[in-house]
Amino acid sequence: MSLKRLSKISYMSLIYGFLYFPILILIIYSFNDSKYSFAWKGFTLNWYHQLFDNQELLEVALNSLMVAVVSASVATLIGTLTAVALYRYHFFGKKVLYGLIYILIMSPEIVMGISLLILFIALSMPLGFWTLLLSHITFCIPFVVITVFGRLSGFNKAIIEAAKDLGASEFATFRLVVLPMLMPAVIAGWLLSFTLSMDDVIISFFVTGPNFQLLPLKIYSMVKLGVKPEINALSTIMFIITLIIVIIAQSLLREKK
Amino acid sequence: MRVNPLFSFKWFSAGLIWFWLGLFVLVPLLMLLTASFLQRGETEFVKFAFTLENYQRIFNPIYLDVFWNSFYLAAMTTLFCLLLGYPFAFLLARVTGKYKHLLLLFVIIPFWTSSLIRTYAMVIILKTNGVMNSFLQWLGLIQEPIQLLYTPAAVVVGLVYSLLPFMVLPLYATIEKLDIRLIEAAKDLGARNVRIFWSIIIPLTMPGIIAGSMLVFLPALGMFYIPDLLGGAKALLIGNLIQNQFLSARDWPFGAAVSIILVLVMSLLLVLYYFSILRNSNNRDKVGL
Repeated sequence: MSLKRLSKISYMSLIYGFLYFPILILIIYSFNDSKYSFAWKGFTLNWYHQLFDNQELLEVALNSLMVAVVSASVATLIGTLTAVALYRYHFFGKKVLYGLIYILIMSPEIVMGISLLILFIALSMPLGFWTLLLSHITFCIPFVVITVFGRLSGFNKAIIEAAKDLGASEFATFRLVVLPMLMPAVIAGWLLSFTLSMDDVIISFFVTGPNFQLLPLKIYSMVKLGVKPEINALSTIMFIITLIIVIIAQSLLREKK
Repeated sequence: MRVNPLFSFKWFSAGLIWFWLGLFVLVPLLMLLTASFLQRGETEFVKFAFTLENYQRIFNPIYLDVFWNSFYLAAMTTLFCLLLGYPFAFLLARVTGKYKHLLLLFVIIPFWTSSLIRTYAMVIILKTNGVMNSFLQWLGLIQEPIQLLYTPAAVVVGLVYSLLPFMVLPLYATIEKLDIRLIEAAKDLGARNVRIFWSIIIPLTMPGIIAGSMLVFLPALGMFYIPDLLGGAKALLIGNLIQNQFLSARDWPFGAAVSIILVLVMSLLLVLYYFSILRNSNNRDKVGL
């Protein structure tokens, strides 16, 4: 019995080790006082200082932040309305819409990236901030829809009926009854959209222009030139931010309804 | 005239999402399909003349090689994810107690973190003077650093590393719902463990297996930066091929045709997934669950 248990625990630890060991090494080496060698040369915050002195990089980080905040907000708005509509109403193409949302989550990003590129070129839109924004909103919407819909399906429909019986209009019911109960899932949807937008490489790669860089694209072009301690530091910061956001989002979703 | 409030709120929400997905998903997809049947332009990206040449070119041995290579690497990635992920998801679903949520959270975190950063972390591990080589030398298994990076194996390791959570989460969701009474009933009726596994557990968790395989196989074909960073110039995969056609070779119609193949592969997997769910729910109806 205990041997069986031990082997189970070791197997799980092995998988967790596989998932986290490389990231851990990355974080440790972002504090290593050595530019080229792998050997540990002592603790330093040097690479972080260099990061914050790099004007160009800060500008790119600001771009990313701007795109992520705006696209997460718009996607949350559209996604929440969609989830509520899917839950409450019957309308033309509802089943198709529901299927489409799931297909979008599963479909390879590269297809969305190039098809959006073709659209923007056909509309002669200049590639840059706006094209990135529209694309990010599009790939975030399905994630908001399923996050919010997940919470809705545990809802007590009687509360909504009660609001209607008391004379609330559809919009008032949404604003005063449905939305407050949905809030944790809406916030979680926003946070997850934010991380998706901050981390996206593939779609952004196609729909951005030469004048508008995002952080992951910048990291990509830096990594192609080799391993550098500054990238370790930057990646560490981005990983920690995602970590915090995901933990907050998950605890919001776990909160009892 | 007073607008019916039900009418306006309902149709505003439904209209908005249909408008958005129509304009930014369906129309672009149709344009992609159209582009795959057009000719390459001299000054513009495409020339409006019908051709099947783009699809014929896929059968050129150079490109068939790329396809074969990609499908092979993606299939290997899916297989390793399944072999590693299935027992893991099974154990995770059977964990009880207060740490369960924490253990699940640690699978969800990599799901959301940047796979570019995680790929970069893999570069640090696998490079010539990296962690893996130092470790192997310390163990005395090798004398000189060996080439780990820029090999097909490195690409598979990187893909498995990035995509494992995408296999584990759908598996976990179906295994969690698995009715333990069915396994007990089979045991009572004298079935052995192997039989229980193949005749009950595997068929009942098939939707999770297919969903997980889709979430691993499809991105594995398209994630061009993983072969780019871990496989070097040698590993030309479908994702890299599409990327090249759109950004370097500027042959959009051919790039579009290659992407349409990806869409077709996805559709095939979706159909499989749909039937596995259908079969599963029929079986449940039969036994009255």
